[in-house]
Amino acid sequence: MAKVLLEMKNITKEFPGVKALDNVNLKVEEGEIHALVGENGAGKSTLMNVLSGVYPFGTYTGDIIYDGEVCKFNKIKDSEAKGIVIIHQELALIPYMSIGENMFLGNEQGKKAAINWDKTHAEAVKYLKQVGLTDSSKTLIKDIGVGKQQMVEIAKALAKNAKLLILDEPTSSLNESDSRKLLDIMLELKKQGLTSIIISHKLNEISYVADKITVVRDGSTIETIDNPDKNLPEDRIIKGMVGREITDRFPKRHDVTIGETMMEVKNWTVFHPKYENRKVCDNVSIHVKKGEVVGISGLMGAGRTELAMSVFGRSYGANISGQLFLNGKEVEFKTVRDAIKAKLAYVTEDRKGNGLVLSNSIKVNTSLANLDSLASNMVIDKDAEYNVAVEYKDKLKTKCPTVEQNVGNLSGGNQQKVLLAKWMYADPDVLILDEPTRGIDVGAKYEIYCIINDLVKQGKSVIMISSELPEVLGMSDRIYVMNEGRIVGELSSEEATQEKIMSCIVKTGRGE
Amino acid sequence: MEKAGIGKSIQKYSMIFALVIVVAFFYVGTEGKILLPQNFNNLISQNAYVFVLATGMLLCILTGGNIDLSVGSVIAFAGGIGASMMAKGGNWIVASIVMLLVGALAGAFQGYWIAYVNVPPFIATLAGMYGFRGLANVVHGGQAIGIGDEAFLNVFGGGADCYVPDFIGGNENLNMTCMVAGVAIAIIYVVGSVVSRIRKKAQGYVVDPVLGATVKMVVITVVELWVTYTLSRHKGIPSSLIWIGIIVLIYNYVTNNTTVGRYLYAVGGNEKATRLSGINTKNIFFIAYVNMGLLAALAGILTIARAVGSQPTFGQGYEMDAIAACFIGGASAYGGIGNVPGVIIGAILMGVINQGMSIMAVDANYQKVVKGLVLLVAVTFDVLSKREKK
Repeated sequence: MAKVLLEMKNITKEFPGVKALDNVNLKVEEGEIHALVGENGAGKSTLMNVLSGVYPFGTYTGDIIYDGEVCKFNKIKDSEAKGIVIIHQELALIPYMSIGENMFLGNEQGKKAAINWDKTHAEAVKYLKQVGLTDSSKTLIKDIGVGKQQMVEIAKALAKNAKLLILDEPTSSLNESDSRKLLDIMLELKKQGLTSIIISHKLNEISYVADKITVVRDGSTIETIDNPDKNLPEDRIIKGMVGREITDRFPKRHDVTIGETMMEVKNWTVFHPKYENRKVCDNVSIHVKKGEVVGISGLMGAGRTELAMSVFGRSYGANISGQLFLNGKEVEFKTVRDAIKAKLAYVTEDRKGNGLVLSNSIKVNTSLANLDSLASNMVIDKDAEYNVAVEYKDKLKTKCPTVEQNVGNLSGGNQQKVLLAKWMYADPDVLILDEPTRGIDVGAKYEIYCIINDLVKQGKSVIMISSELPEVLGMSDRIYVMNEGRIVGELSSEEATQEKIMSCIVKTGRGE
Repeated sequence: MEKAGIGKSIQKYSMIFALVIVVAFFYVGTEGKILLPQNFNNLISQNAYVFVLATGMLLCILTGGNIDLSVGSVIAFAGGIGASMMAKGGNWIVASIVMLLVGALAGAFQGYWIAYVNVPPFIATLAGMYGFRGLANVVHGGQAIGIGDEAFLNVFGGGADCYVPDFIGGNENLNMTCMVAGVAIAIIYVVGSVVSRIRKKAQGYVVDPVLGATVKMVVITVVELWVTYTLSRHKGIPSSLIWIGIIVLIYNYVTNNTTVGRYLYAVGGNEKATRLSGINTKNIFFIAYVNMGLLAALAGILTIARAVGSQPTFGQGYEMDAIAACFIGGASAYGGIGNVPGVIIGAILMGVINQGMSIMAVDANYQKVVKGLVLLVAVTFDVLSKREKK
């Protein structure tokens, strides 16, 4: 048995109101590739952030034992000094600097006041070779593809003398052949003695590279599976990932009749606004009926948010094509205002970034999307506005001293309620709720579910985008599964199970 | 709880306390001269342009900390056009309207680049600062242009006779028109506040605590009456004060009670969220800069009226006075926060410091140093007070 390089013992990490990690244990042996799998929000990234010192010692409980000693990292530099290097999901390279400059950013060769560029580039080339890149180290990052950029990240890590390399979703933005190259490099580096931890949703890749697979669920490590022959069936991993029982965390809907088709999206194709030949939505067709809750399931980056925002008055994407029908009539939205007027609402997943004006009051946020109806000749009827805000505050049971309170001071759940209030006040027929319960506690989640039930009871249609499988299963009448920009499955609530949804995603991911 | 309440209101009115301290300091430093009626009147008419510009600047800053560097040049450009029109015998009303239009067009020109082409406001208005300064030189032909139109000077508070005439009759020591107007305003204010409070209460809305509201009302009324009395003892109401009053009232209303005003705050607070609420954020940026141009032209009118003529160098550095007044008055450098009364306090604070130091015969160079420090302290205070909350 090989030497244990890293052991994380009883790690517990709490955020206000949420226990992100609960007594997690992880053992990584020297020279192995260890995979961490789990749903979004299971705690994988949090665990890696604890390990690399993003969350300093003292903000969590438990021990990190690395190379035989207990480590107390206060910042990323501390863990890097020991040879633990993390490569984050979003590439952290600077586009207008060369490969060499990027690789040694923060680790400059030569003296502080006199960088030795010759040495920099010579060293860079050495490490680039190790990851199979032959590009000049003076090439600008912006001029190489994403696949190569990811390799540069690995070379950068090697240049820091990495002994333990952590890769967070390294292939999420890569195509099949680039992904394969990266995985092969990982295997190559393993032969040279490097230990790595890989976080990925792509189970086929995990099964291809990993020696051991640890499953994380709801902030706890569930099991560690050995994969000596590199052919572990994906179903075996999925079972560990989702093996959770759905109890009555979801309120039942009564007396809701599902009616005619309310909105229909046909052959909807959207391209990325920056990389113009990258399709983010590929020929998507979905529909939602009156009184129906339709769930859209999928992993992060599946194109769900992009689909919703491009439908919502073209607020995302380029070169949008396809048809949109409301109540059977074809409509075209050029602006968000058109969409709102046609009684469509999109409740964003990013309530702080895209949803709320945090420096303004609950009142101001509630009325913002429909302020015209409170104003005549551009003069706001402030009394009426106040009444509206109070009405929605009571209806949604938002906890706040007054509606004049700044939204920035509210808890996540209450902010989410203000966001919902804002869009309910815009009086839509179709609401697209994007991750409506992200980052809020269980009690508030339940209340949000009740609000959704009320909405469909009033004959409105709800499209709910969610990465949480139990939520999608518990709330939806019908479920679309989306992956890599396409609809890869449609399931009724009766036939849908977590395993079925997961296998829809996994199977199509491999198909390319 | 009680303590937190007091702390909060101290923070809320911190600039007023700062103003009181500064006035007290100069009252001692100038042996009371700072509050003499004549100096008081000068404070208003000398700084009229700051009040007007700062109000416009506030709207730009609200949209996200964006500033307009070109206002000084626009003042000289619009002023030059108006002065030369009047010098050629043009009607003063027509000339004034043309000046305002020129200002609005200058603002629209810059607003176009900022709002629809996404040129950073700093760059777009820096270009305007150079460009309009050059054009100002062109319209002046490189020379000063005098203004002889009495009506123009009277209306916009220029020359020697820059006061509202005393219709009611008083004497040299007490201007009755000023007194009557001041008392009337005080009565309207008090009655208005009480009525609105009663109405709010009747409809079940939350109102400020009685004590706080009363103190606020009494303080405002006393200060207002005192200002009235002081002005009355020296020729009465400066004409420029009328313009300042109009601008302050209009813009206080616009920022508080109209949809455009609300959108200005929303854009500065979170542009993406505002856009996703169906609001055309580009138009909001555009409007802010058109308005800034318009108010720059009005400031230009007040400036050339006061100087009884226009020069190509007029308005230099005015943009900085306006920007400083906004930040001292509590506007956030990141946008979304700030209000008209705050900006007026900021402008008065700057004015008092200027005038106090002049009376104390502080060297002009050191005056600049002090102004710079005041700005730094004010904004640091703002930044720190926000950090505390987190």
